Formats: sequence, structure tokens, C-alpha cells
Amino acid sequence: MALYSEKVMDHFRNPRNVGVIEDANGIGEVGNAKCGDIMKMYLKIEDDIVKDVKFETFGCGSAIASSSMATELIKGQPLSEVRKLTNKAVAEALDGLPDYKMHCSVLAEEAIQSALADYEKRTGKHVE
Amino acid sequence: MIYADNAATTKLSEAALCTMTDLLREVWGNPSSLYTHGQEAKEVLEKAREEIAAVIGASPREITFTSGGSEADNQAIRSAAERGRIKGKKHIISTAFEHHAVLHTLEKLRKEGYEITLLDVHENGLVTPEEVGAAIREDTCLVTIMTANNEIGTIQPIREIGAVCRARGVLFHTDAVQAVGHIPLNVADDNIDLLSASAHKFHGPKGVGFLYARKGILLSNLIEGGAQERGKRAGTENVPGIGAMATALKEANANMAQNAAYLTKLRDRLIAGLKEIPHSALNGDEKRRLPGNVNFCFEGIEGESLLLLLDDKGIQASSGSACTSGSLDPSHVLLAIGRVHDVAHGSLRLSLGEDLSEEDIDYIIRSVKEVVTYLRGFSPIWRDLMSGKKEFIL
Ligand SMILES: Cc1ncc(COP(=O)(O)O)c(C=O)c1O
Repeated sequence: MALYSEKVMDHFRNPRNVGVIEDANGIGEVGNAKCGDIMKMYLKIEDDIVKDVKFETFGCGSAIASSSMATELIKGQPLSEVRKLTNKAVAEALDGLPDYKMHCSVLAEEAIQSALADYEKRTGKHVE
Repeated sequence: MIYADNAATTKLSEAALCTMTDLLREVWGNPSSLYTHGQEAKEVLEKAREEIAAVIGASPREITFTSGGSEADNQAIRSAAERGRIKGKKHIISTAFEHHAVLHTLEKLRKEGYEITLLDVHENGLVTPEEVGAAIREDTCLVTIMTANNEIGTIQPIREIGAVCRARGVLFHTDAVQAVGHIPLNVADDNIDLLSASAHKFHGPKGVGFLYARKGILLSNLIEGGAQERGKRAGTENVPGIGAMATALKEANANMAQNAAYLTKLRDRLIAGLKEIPHSALNGDEKRRLPGNVNFCFEGIEGESLLLLLDDKGIQASSGSACTSGSLDPSHVLLAIGRVHDVAHGSLRLSLGEDLSEEDIDYIIRSVKEVVTYLRGFSPIWRDLMSGKKEFIL
């Protein structure tokens, strides 16, 4: 039995949207090295839409896959949709995660929400 | 496929496999039965006991067959603790980086009122006989220190530690699961009172092992029932497993010097190659380690993703990262030698076998370099380290 679903392995092996956005206007970093997972999300938001998103992750296979999937789920989406992103949606899109790896999807949700909060802080805008 | 996880388990040797299938097919009687077929099984059992005893310098009566290393560890420690309790001695000395079969047993004993001292294993993963001597008290009933560590492979000076214990009248148990069949061991010369071993670490089958207990040391039962194993371990014996264990151990012992020399050469080649990776460090003493053990920490990456990508390249290894242990903390062994969490998560253990070639080692080196570089390429920690926002630990 494989540890992870095909989807998880695909996003782990070929992570989408890896890297940095130099002129990002929303950046969020969550987790810590002590626990073994850190995710950093870069958002480029224009006209209330996620024009571009990139991530950097230090972590296990499911942490990398969760980051990758989360970026795919919000890319091109209006901010109102981004706000609604949950860890459940990330995990479901990956065809599930082992129970003890669910915290990776939580981290992905938190990284995105933290980047969004950073955008709000920088621009003074409020996203519903 | 490159299998580099021989510390986790080893492949059954052809000879052991033959013994096992022959016994399963031909000698399926119950060793406790008095008719011929049962007695044939009994003979197999006693021959195995003699052969195993001979390899470690024991006498056959001092060998008790168990279901593996964990059971042997549990029984050895429980027995010594019980003997101690009767004499009013309830202090046990061990180290912080023992296998959980030892540590969890000690933790239970602590709850039952024993006092446990866990010695520091220092940065090099070694304890000294002097430190053991200094920790021994009037009420110490047992010193239990592993011969070789399962994660970082460091080999303790057990002969000297045993001598200290002997001189002070304290029982000495050693978990030799990683050592038996790989490095020379002799219970008499090495001053060992109790020793645990497991067949699947020396190309024998899983679920079978043995406990050596020096003559005169009364064992306490973990499993009550029939009179098997002189009443010290109930249950119809695993005859095919025990027979195959003896075959595997004889074979490992006969080839030990040759295998150790070959593996040491591969090991040192691998260590030299992986050292070229910047901000990495070998875990455990470089020379006083098992012939096939290589264990590194790579800063800025996490072990599980490293393992998965190596698996994609056909390399099977293991890691002490939290994600691979299924807990939140990385390996207690790496923490015990002073690795901080941040780098302990990025560990890789490669435990080599005789089937590997120098080309395989070079392929492992290339692959690890590639994967580490790739993972660092999108690690936020690595970015912070490179930009000077964070200071390198390694
Ligand atoms: C040092 C050490 N002790 C004990 C054990 C447990 O042995 P077994 O798996 O046979 O119970 C192992 C193997 O995992 C080990 O490496």
C-alpha cells in the first residue's frame, strides 16, 4: 500500500508554482523549523484577483503537495474565493491525506490566509 | 533497486531460506511431543541453540529463543529489575539513545518505582566506561547499554563497560541487535551478562531472536504457559525460524571479517562523497561505527521528502525526521547527540549491504547531491540561510 495517493505524489514530484514572486504584494510564512514544516506563499494580486502565486516549502512530501495544490486552487481566483479556502478543500483535491498528515493541509490554508492578511495590511483593503 | 536500509531489516539469505522451507516442509512436528517426528523438531531446536551459543561464546543452556530483539530486551531488563527488587536495588543505568524496546521498558519501570539514569552519549554517540562507573550506586541492579546504535551505528566500548559492571557486581545487559553477525562479539571476553539479538538483522527471518543470559541469572517470564525454553518462555517454538536463524548467524559469522572490510570501504567512500555537500554533517563517530552505517544531516531540507525522491531514483533508505517517525519530534537518537530539531529533521540513514558495489555508492552520492540541491532550491529555510537572515548550524 502506498503512503500517499497518486495525486499527492504527482504534486510532490512535480510541484506547481514553485518559487518566488519578487514584486509580490502579499506574503505569508507559517510553521517552524522545529516542527519540520515551513511554508511561504507569495501572492501577486491585481484587481482583486490572484494574478500569480508561488510557494517555497521546507517539509515532508504531503507539505510540498499541499502547498502546490493550494496554489493551484487559488490561482486566477477572486479574493473572496481565496478567503474561503479551507484545509479540507486542499486535502480533498489531493484525494485525501493520511490522518497524521492533515496538519500539512492546515498549514497550506494558514499560509494562504496569512499572505492574504499581509495584502490587506499593505493595501488597507478588506477582503470579505 | 539499491537497498540501503539494512539497519531496518535485511534480506533473508538463500541458505537461511533453504533451511526454513525445508523445516516447514519436513520437520513440522511439535518439539514437545515424544514421538519421533516431535523429537526431530526438538533436535533441530537444540542444534540451533548449540550453533548460536558457539558463535557468541556462550553455552547452549544460556540461550533462550524469543520472538525477536524487542522481546529479548524486555525480558532481559525485566529479569534484572526483578532480581534487583528482591535485593532492594531499584536503580538502572542506560543511555539516552537506546532502542525504544529498551527505553519504553525502562519508562514503565520508572512508573513502577525504579530510578533510571540515562547517560549522555555526547556528540560522537559514545559513552565511556568511566561515566558508567561514576553512575553506578549501591542500589544499581542493571546497566543496559546497546552494543551498536541502530540509527547512527556507533559502537560502544562494551568490553570495558562490562568490566566496570563486573567489578562493581552489577548486571550488564547489551542490546546487540545491530551488532550480532556484523562485528565480533564474545559474551565471555566482553563481560556480558545478558545480550539481545534478532535474526532479521543478520539475514535471518523476522519474528525470531534470542536472549543470552549468563548461567545463574534467573529469567522472569514475559509469557506464561507451557514448559518450553526451560519454562522461561512459553509457546510452541518457532522451529523453522529458529533453524533459519542459526543458519544465517553461522553464515554471517563465517563471512564477518570479509564483509566488514568490504562494507567499511563502501561506507567510507559514501561518507567522503556526502561530506562534499555543503552544510551537512555526519552523525556519530566517524570510525567507531558499524561497517555499513552512514548517517547524515543536511541543513535546510526535510528527511521524508528526501526519502521519497531517493525512492523515485531506486534508492531505499530511512530518516530520523518527525514525518517518518509518525510523531512530532525527530529521532531521539539525533536529539541525544545534540542535533537541534531544525537539522535533525533533515537526516538520512543509509545502511549498506554486501550486495552493493562501488558504482552503487557513487550513484547514491550523485543522487543525494541532486535531491538535496533540488529541495534546497525551494526551501524557505535555505533561502534565509543563504541570504544571511538565519545563521547556519552545520
Ligand atoms: C537496536 C535494536 N534493538 C531492538 C530492535 C528490535 O528488534 P525486533 O524488530 O526483532 O523486535 C531493533 C530493530 O528494530 C534494533 O535495531
